[in-house]
Amino acid sequence: MNANQLAFIALGGLAFLGALGVVLIPNPVRAALALVVNFFVLGLLYFVLGSQMMGISQIMVYAGAIMVLFLFVIMMLKLDKKAEEVAPGDAWRKRFTWLIGAVIGGAIFGGVMLPLASITTRVNPPQNFGTPQAVGWSLFTTYVWPFEVISVLLLVGIVGSIMLAKRRF
Amino acid sequence: MLEVLPIASITRDVPITWFLGLGLAMFILGGIGVVTRRNPVIVFMCIELMLNAVNLTFLTFAAYGGSGINATPGGMAQAMNGQMMVIFVMAVAAAEVAVGLGIIMAIFRQKNDVDLDDMSTLRN
Repeated sequence: MNANQLAFIALGGLAFLGALGVVLIPNPVRAALALVVNFFVLGLLYFVLGSQMMGISQIMVYAGAIMVLFLFVIMMLKLDKKAEEVAPGDAWRKRFTWLIGAVIGGAIFGGVMLPLASITTRVNPPQNFGTPQAVGWSLFTTYVWPFEVISVLLLVGIVGSIMLAKRRF
Repeated sequence: MLEVLPIASITRDVPITWFLGLGLAMFILGGIGVVTRRNPVIVFMCIELMLNAVNLTFLTFAAYGGSGINATPGGMAQAMNGQMMVIFVMAVAAAEVAVGLGIIMAIFRQKNDVDLDDMSTLRN
């Protein structure tokens, strides 16, 4: 167990706990804060993996912009007051649901990870492959066509959300 | 110029399966959340969780050199593929959140309540 592995276990464990919090915490605001923790730690993991540009984007786009949008909607709709109440007879059903989810999830995890357990791949990418220069170069040469198309998608998203907000149903 | 992180020491010390396992665990948790939670905003958050799990997997394969990346000039273009996919996933996720939360707000304005079990308007 060396320093790199300890760092991964600390960061990865925190990310896992954040993901667990999103699924298990009833209060939406607290679930959103757990998701912020998860996104932020994922940004740090991207740094660990050498993709600095992606780490910065993750922290700015997800932990910043998207989570502000989520918290804004939660606060505006007053969803935080109303917890997901369970009818008295449904408590066992809820527990059964979680049990089935855990069993299926565990089965999928085992089924995917067991065949992967023995692989060892270590071919290092070029140095600097995660810097903004490298990402920008690739984005405007090899990937310029998807880059332009994604801007059209974002434009459609903007127009669509404005239409949804303006129209009286 | 930013000091480059020693990626080679990470890929030497930490097995690739650890990163893949974390991504898979997050994806499964997100899937369970989508199915079990009844608050549509939390369902959206779980979808974001799944998208981020996929992003982590993409970057893991990019850093560990999934399919024969080497340090030749052509290897650089190959090493960028994973990061490009992450950029596009992020853009799609942003558009999806904007439209999805708009839909939730439209439903809330109409019915003054959002509970996924009560949303059965489209059922026959």
